[in-house]
Amino acid sequence: MKNLSLIAYLDLKESIRAKWFVVYSLVFGGLIALFFIAGVTESQVMGFSGLSRLLLMYIQITIVILPIFILITTVRSISGDRDSHVLEYMLSFPISLKQYYWGKIIGRFITVYLPVIFAMIIAIIYGAFKGASIPWDIFFLYTGLLFAMSAAFLGIAFFISSFVKSSEVALGIAFFIWIFLLAFIDIALISLMMQQRFNEELIIFMAMINPMEIFRVAAISLFDPELTVMGPVAFYILDSMSQTVFVLLSIGYPLVLGLLFAFFGYKIFEKKDLV
Amino acid sequence: MIKVSNLTKKFGSNTSLDNVNCEFNKNESIALMGANGAGKTTLIRSILGYYHPNDGEVLINGMNPIKERVKVLENISFVPQLPPPIKLSIDELMQYISVGAKVDRDLIMHYANEMKLDVSANLNKSFFKLSGGMKQKLLIAISLAKKSDIIIYDEPTANLDPKARDDFYRLLKQNEDEKVLLFVTHRLEEVKDLVNRQIYMDLGKIVSDDKV
Repeated sequence: MKNLSLIAYLDLKESIRAKWFVVYSLVFGGLIALFFIAGVTESQVMGFSGLSRLLLMYIQITIVILPIFILITTVRSISGDRDSHVLEYMLSFPISLKQYYWGKIIGRFITVYLPVIFAMIIAIIYGAFKGASIPWDIFFLYTGLLFAMSAAFLGIAFFISSFVKSSEVALGIAFFIWIFLLAFIDIALISLMMQQRFNEELIIFMAMINPMEIFRVAAISLFDPELTVMGPVAFYILDSMSQTVFVLLSIGYPLVLGLLFAFFGYKIFEKKDLV
Repeated sequence: MIKVSNLTKKFGSNTSLDNVNCEFNKNESIALMGANGAGKTTLIRSILGYYHPNDGEVLINGMNPIKERVKVLENISFVPQLPPPIKLSIDELMQYISVGAKVDRDLIMHYANEMKLDVSANLNKSFFKLSGGMKQKLLIAISLAKKSDIIIYDEPTANLDPKARDDFYRLLKQNEDEKVLLFVTHRLEEVKDLVNRQIYMDLGKIVSDDKV
């Protein structure tokens, strides 16, 4: 336990010093700042206004950029250390593979989750200071969704990192996964599939197993389910499932998915040659 | 202490270790030599438990370094040929080693001083920003402070100036009793005063093994 927390702590410290972390924090913090500067909270588009509108815009952009940020910054975690022989030295000490692997995951999770959640907290504080009413239900839903989303993509990234020998290949796979999942959100490929009259169940199933789609539908689910901006699959899902069940699913499913990928990644890490 | 039995390791179609058998016992200082690709590093990495062999096994004090890696590694110190680009600061690296491997931090400082490396002035500096020689000195200091029964050095003097090499040999002489010292080297003359056994490897096999 002591080694697990030590490795998490050291990974966190190392990540916070890295240039990618500064860029990562600036992107999410900058988004919120940009929304305030652009007067998003004062505008009214499609019925959203104030902090609700700001959080909705933030989450819509986060859906696209958070997974790729997590994937490209994390996917090299183990494969990069293997490439540069850091792993060879660090694992020559009596630290169990379990503690090393899971310690790295915990450290990296805190690194990727904190900036996105801090950006939202800053928005809430600034909004309250400006006298806006605070949409707590949306805030807590998004906190949970971001947690689940970070876990899902972190698990996938560590899974890739555990079996890929070169960090360049790891980056390529990460990018492919991001594009693939992005293509399967209903504003893109799923709409095309419906036009081609694919089996309805197949389309819904594909949407439901895609964490990015689940995240997108859940992010908008607290608003009016009749909204046209949601897309056909989101409309269908919210029409056929109660909102509470769907919200629980949208947090639980990516979380389980991330843990499963991380677990399989660990099994590969344990069974394969380490360097 | 170390028993290698019928060890074979393949990478794809390339056989890196071909049915290797050897034993390393207490009070032996071994120079492990051979051309590039002879299998020296693969043998070292197999002893450290990094590779899953295709055939045969390695036992360290009767323990398998893969299945019982924590217990086995408590007794092994390792210095790689090229210091890796660890991004942790010196202070954090020492924390990792002192907490994770229960190595006395003051002892690391002591051996670093003996190697003429001022650790306290560089505590907050990233390890990879140190010069090649400074990195190597720190890794040597850590290896000695760990008080292991088995010390493995892969070309340990590659980055050291003549004075630092003398310091290194002096410290090794003081710490060699009851240990296995395993040097991977291309230059026998550098370690010939320290070793009492020379092993040559070629194409994944041990081709000669002589006591000196």
